[in-house]
Amino acid sequence: MFEILRYGIYGGSISLILIGLYAALTKRSLIKIIIGLSIVNGGIHLLLITIGYVKNGTAPIFSPGFENAAERMVDPVPQALVLTAIVIGFAVTAVALSLIIRLYRHHHTLEIDEIKNLKW
Amino acid sequence: MKKLVVILLLAVTGYYLGDSFMDLGKNGPVVETGVKDFYLEKTVSELKVANTITSIIVNFRGFDTLGEVTVLFLAATALGGILYKKRHHVGERSVLFPSSPIVRAGSKLLFPAIVLLGVYVFVHGHLSPGGGFQGGTIVATGFLLMLLAYDNFSVSHNVLSFIESFAGIFFVLFGFAGMWMGGTFLENFLPVGTMNDLFSGGIIPIVYILVGFKVAAELTGLIYTVLNEKET
Repeated sequence: MFEILRYGIYGGSISLILIGLYAALTKRSLIKIIIGLSIVNGGIHLLLITIGYVKNGTAPIFSPGFENAAERMVDPVPQALVLTAIVIGFAVTAVALSLIIRLYRHHHTLEIDEIKNLKW
Repeated sequence: MKKLVVILLLAVTGYYLGDSFMDLGKNGPVVETGVKDFYLEKTVSELKVANTITSIIVNFRGFDTLGEVTVLFLAATALGGILYKKRHHVGERSVLFPSSPIVRAGSKLLFPAIVLLGVYVFVHGHLSPGGGFQGGTIVATGFLLMLLAYDNFSVSHNVLSFIESFAGIFFVLFGFAGMWMGGTFLENFLPVGTMNDLFSGGIIPIVYILVGFKVAAELTGLIYTVLNEKET
């Protein structure tokens, strides 16, 4: 059971990363590129959380009467790291979307093929 | 043709990612020895905090959280700067169609409950799942609901930036207070109390409440800026 779960979660997060990269590389619309990068973000978070998993582990939160349950808890370090990463990912998405609004105000299109300034 | 190249590249990437990650954790946990035990042990014995993640974020890695809050502040500032408009260009908020009376009444009913839930989440950040960032986001969703339901509902940018800078300055001041009490920056200088009490953990709940206020103010300002953006 744990084997299937492990392969499922690792495979799922890696395929999320690949799906996001595919969208970011092939799509022509700026909004879709941002959506792709957000999917990559989510896949990486899932991958990091999965690395910290311990078999039959519980959440790293102590409840009354279970102060000695530290051996059965999952690794709290990747979870703290991912909490930081989610906030940073949100900030990056917000700034990228505001840049898209500015580009749309200037060029009246979201297709990167039609924005000539983006070509070298 | 281009898609084929991309698919080929991604297949190679996926193969190597799968090759390196699939065997992780096959025989027990990935990291056998390390900082995990240290954090789990110190959280109970020294800090008396129930939520280990909160103790890592606010106490052991408090300086990183200060940087993270700064990144969020910079993002909100950059968004305001990028979407800057002169004052006489700011018009009414663009609404496709006015919301129905049911939505208005329902969101007025839900708004205090959502804000209360957010405040609960960030006040109890050291006892239960959640914390400043999550609670602040919940409070901001309450304001988003009101902004979507009422097209004349407005929040004052001055009040928001006051809350934001107040919380940020007090975060840094608490850090310097730890230095002044003879420790390091963001040292936990208050008594930790007993475990699973609301007032426990020293400066951890105070700092997380400040972070909650800061995140709520920043996200509300961000939503307000984007909602007032009109197609020109």
